[in-house]
Amino acid sequence: MSWLGRFFRKRNRESQLDSELRFHIEQKTAQLTGPGVESAEARRRAMAKFGGVEAVKENCREARGTYFIETLGRDVRYAFRTLSKSPGFTAVAVITLALGIGANAAIFQLIDAVRLRTLPVKDPGALAIVHLNKNHWGSGNFNGPYAEYTYPLWRQIRQRQEAFSPIAAWGADSLNLAVGGEVNYANAIWVSGAFFRTLGIRPLLGRLISDSDDRPGCAGGVDLSYAFWQKRYGGAADVIGKTLTLEDHPFPILGVAPPTFYGVSVGNRFDVAVPVCAEPTVFGVHSRINGPRARESWWLSVFGRLKPDWTLPRATAQLNTILPAALRETIPSQYDADMVKRYMAYSIETRPAANGFSSLRKDMSTPLWLLLGLSGLVLLIACGNLANLLLARAATREREFALRLALGTSRLRLLRQLLCESALLAIAGTICGGFLAAALSKSLVAFLSTPGNPIFLDMPTDWRVLGFAAGLAILTTVLFGLIPGLRAGRVPPASVLRSGGRGMTAGRERFRLQRILVASQVALSLVLLAGALLFARSLQNLMSRNLGFQQNGVLVANADFTRLHLPEAQSDSFVRDLLHRIRAIPGVAAAADSIRSPVSGDISNRWVVDKNGKHPNGASFLDYVSPGYFETMQMRLVQGRDFNAADTATSPKVVIVNEAFVKKFLKGTEDPIDEQIRLWSPPGKPEPDYTVVGVVANSVYDDMHAPFQPIMYFPSSELEPRYANEGAVFLVRSRLGAAALLNPVKETIAGVNPGIDAQFVVLRTQIRQSLIQDELMATLSGFFGGLAVLLAAIGLYGVISYTVAQRTNEIGVRMALGAQRSSVIRLILGEVSFLIAIGVAVGAGLTLAGSRAAGSLLFGLKADDPLTLAAAVVILAGIGLTASFMPARRASRLDPMAALRQE
Amino acid sequence: MTDEKTAILKGTLDMLILKVVALGPIHGYAISQRIQQISKDYFQLQEGSLYPALHRLENRGFLAADWQSTDTGREAKFYKLTRKGRKRLETEMEGWERMTEAVALILRTAE
Repeated sequence: MSWLGRFFRKRNRESQLDSELRFHIEQKTAQLTGPGVESAEARRRAMAKFGGVEAVKENCREARGTYFIETLGRDVRYAFRTLSKSPGFTAVAVITLALGIGANAAIFQLIDAVRLRTLPVKDPGALAIVHLNKNHWGSGNFNGPYAEYTYPLWRQIRQRQEAFSPIAAWGADSLNLAVGGEVNYANAIWVSGAFFRTLGIRPLLGRLISDSDDRPGCAGGVDLSYAFWQKRYGGAADVIGKTLTLEDHPFPILGVAPPTFYGVSVGNRFDVAVPVCAEPTVFGVHSRINGPRARESWWLSVFGRLKPDWTLPRATAQLNTILPAALRETIPSQYDADMVKRYMAYSIETRPAANGFSSLRKDMSTPLWLLLGLSGLVLLIACGNLANLLLARAATREREFALRLALGTSRLRLLRQLLCESALLAIAGTICGGFLAAALSKSLVAFLSTPGNPIFLDMPTDWRVLGFAAGLAILTTVLFGLIPGLRAGRVPPASVLRSGGRGMTAGRERFRLQRILVASQVALSLVLLAGALLFARSLQNLMSRNLGFQQNGVLVANADFTRLHLPEAQSDSFVRDLLHRIRAIPGVAAAADSIRSPVSGDISNRWVVDKNGKHPNGASFLDYVSPGYFETMQMRLVQGRDFNAADTATSPKVVIVNEAFVKKFLKGTEDPIDEQIRLWSPPGKPEPDYTVVGVVANSVYDDMHAPFQPIMYFPSSELEPRYANEGAVFLVRSRLGAAALLNPVKETIAGVNPGIDAQFVVLRTQIRQSLIQDELMATLSGFFGGLAVLLAAIGLYGVISYTVAQRTNEIGVRMALGAQRSSVIRLILGEVSFLIAIGVAVGAGLTLAGSRAAGSLLFGLKADDPLTLAAAVVILAGIGLTASFMPARRASRLDPMAALRQE
Repeated sequence: MTDEKTAILKGTLDMLILKVVALGPIHGYAISQRIQQISKDYFQLQEGSLYPALHRLENRGFLAADWQSTDTGREAKFYKLTRKGRKRLETEMEGWERMTEAVALILRTAE
C-alpha cells in the first residue's frame, strides 16, 4: 500500500481502529462475564484492564507514518479557532510583533542598501578603490564628495601602475541642462574611457563611452542612465544621436546604460555620463585638465579591476613605490616648500570596491547602526510583551490543558497545537511587519532626501530582509509560545483539576518570570526613552541655537552669469545694478550680495600668516559681501563700520572680522580696529596687508554643529573679476516672509537679462535641511521611545491585572478583615513601584553604558546628561504607575463577599 | 508495578508480539491473552498498550494485517508476520539470547 494511498484511506483507518479496539473490549467483557459477575461489571473491569481508550487511539495514530500530516490541518484549524475566540489578545500580539519586526526590517533594509549591497556590475569582488591618503587637505579646488585626485596625478598613476587592468577614474558633478532661466541640474559623472569597461557594463541602447571616446581634445558625447532616459525621453528608442545640452554645450547622445546600473556611488543615481576629455569644452579656461589650476583641482576618484594574480596588499605596495615619482611630476606650482613636503608625503591605500563609493555610507552608518540597535531593543521589549501575554493566557488555559492531557491527548500533540498558534501569530505579525517595513523604509529615504541632495537607494523586496524578519518573529513566538505547553506537561493533570478555579502553577515560579520580564521591559524602555529625549533635546538645541544672524525671512538667489560672457570690467557694476533693482522691489527690507550663503555647503578659507610668513593658527573662513550685508542678515556690528561705496577694488584693502577671529588671530585684543592682517599668498604674488575696519558678532558659517569659527569678510567689490563675472549670491530680507519674494525677485533677475541662470532657496529651509540627520534621529528615536514606553505600560498593566485576578481571594479576605480601599491600592502600587524601581535602576546603568555610542551625534549636551536621564526616569515611572493604577483601583472596588465566594 | 507482576522489559514487547504472531494469523485480543497465558500471568500488561505497538510494527512492515472472520463469526483484524518481520524476529532473538547468556555468565562467575 503506498504512502499516499494510506493517507487517503484515513477515514477507513479511523473506523478500523475503532472496531479493532471495540472487538478487544467486547471479547474481554465476554470472557469476564460469568457467574456472579454482571456484564456491566465485566465491561468495567475489561475497560480498566485495557487502559484509556482515547490515549491508546492517540498512540496508535501516532504510530502511523501519516499521522503528522493528517492532524496538521486539524491543528491549524484549531489554532485559528482558538485565536479568533480571543481577538483582543490576537490583535495586541500581532500588532506588537508587526511593530517590532517592521521597525527592524526597515532599518535593516536601509543598512543593507547603504552598506552591504554589492555594486550591480560584473564580478564586483575584483574591483578595488585606489584611495589617496592625504594627511592634510592641501590647498586648491575640491569638487564633489569623492575628490581624491587631480587630473595630472591620475594620468601619472594610470601610466605607472601595474596591478590593475583596466583602471578608471570618475568624478561627480552637477551640470545645467537648461538653456537660460531657472537652472535644472543633472547629476553628471565624468568618466574616463575605461570606466564602463572596468565595471563590465553593457549598453542597453547605442554604445557606452569607451577608450576611443576619451582622447585629449575630444568632442564628447553622453550616455544616459536608464532612469533619466525614461524620465526625460519617455524611453524613446530614437534618442541615440539626439543632442543634450550641458552648461550650454550640445553633446550627442551615444547610448543608454542598463536599468540595473545606477552608478558607483551608493545613495546617488547618475543621470548622464560624460567623458573626462570633454571637460575643457564645458569649463574652458577654468578647465581642471588643461587650465592653469589643473594641478590643484581635486575632482577624480580612481578604481580598477585587479589583475588575476594580484592581491590588494601587493597592489598597494606597487602603487606606493611609483607614487613619489607621480607626485614629483605633479606638484602644484603655487605650493611653498612646506606644502610640497606634505604633498610628497601622500600615500595610497587600496580597498575592496564591491560595495561602491558612498559618502552616504560614511555619513549615515553611525546613525543607522544606532537606529538598528534602538529598533532591536524595541523588538526585545515587544518580545517581552508577547511572552507576558502568552504566559497570562496560559494561566487561563491551564485547566483546558490539564483536562486534555487527562483525556489522553499526548504532550507532543499539545505542544504542536501551541506551536501552530505561535506560528500563526508569527506569520500574521511578519506579514503586517513586512508591509510596515516597506512603507517605513520608503518614508525614511524620502525623509533623508533634500532637493539639493536627492538620495536614490535601490531597495527591491529583498528575501534576505524578509528572512531576517520572519526568523525573528518565529523565534520569538515559538520560544515563548511553547513555555505554557512545557509547563503544563510538568504538572500532574489531576492536581490542576483538583485545585479548582485557582491555577496550580500560578505559584511563585511563573510569577517570578513575569516580574523579571516586566522589569526588563522597564529597563529597556528607559534606555530608549532616554535616547529619544537626548536626540530631541539635541535637535531642540540646534534649532534654537543662536546663529548670529536672523534666519527667518531671507530668500537666497544664486545667480550664475557664465552664459552672459560679461566683460571683466563690467561685472562689478552689473552686480551693483542688479542689487539696486532687487532692493527696489516692494516688500524688500534689505538686500546684499555675497559669494555664498550660510550653511549652504559652500566654504572658502585662507591661511592667516604672521610677519615671517608662517601660519601657526591655521586658516580662517571668509566671505565677500556688499555693504548692507550685516544689516540684511541682522548681524550685530560690535565695533567699527560696515563697508561702504568708498571700499572699491582700488581703495586700501579692508576687512571686517568676527569676534572668534579676534580671539584666535588677534590675541583677543580689546581694540582690533586698524590691526593689520596678512594672508598667505603664492610665492612671487605678494598681497598687501588688510586693515580691520569692523568687528561683527559671531555667526554660524557652514556647520550647524560646530562652535562659532573665525570669519573674515571682504568687500565684494574687491573680488577678482575672474570670479565676479561668474555669478553672485543675493540675500534678500523680506518684510512679508521669504517665499512671497520668490516671484518678484525671479522676474527682476530675468528682466535684467534672461540669460542669467538662477536658483532660489529660502535660507531657513536651507538651514533646516542641514539638520536632516538630527531630525531623523530625533524622529525615529522618539518613535521607538514612545513605542517602548507604550509596550512597557501594556506589560505592566497586563501583569498587574493578572496579579489582581490571582489574588482576588486574598484581597477579599483583607477587605473583609477591615482593610481600607486605599491600603489595597497602596499594596498593589507598592509592588509596581518595586518592579519599576528595579527596572529603572538597571535601565539607568544600561543607558549610561550605551549612550556613548550616541555622543558624536549630539549637539549642546553630553550623552550622559543627568537631567535627560532624570526626566526619562520620571516620565517612565509616571506612565508605569498610571498604567497599573487602573487594575489597582479595580482591586480596591472588589466586593469582599463576592471575592470570597469565588473560592 | 505490583509485587507479583513485572512490567514487560522495555523494548521486548515488540519481540514478544512478533514471536506470538509467528505462530500464525492472530488478532490483537488473542495476542494479549496468549502473552499472559504463556507467561502464566507473570507480566503486568495494560492491554491497550499492545495496540500502538502492533500499529507501529505494521507501519514498519514487520506485520501485515487483514480483516477475517473469527470462529464466532465476528470480523476481527488478524496480524501475520511478513518476511521482513521474520528476519527481524530472528535478529531480536539472537540479540536477546546473547544478552541473557552474558548476564547469566556474569551472575554465575562473579560470586
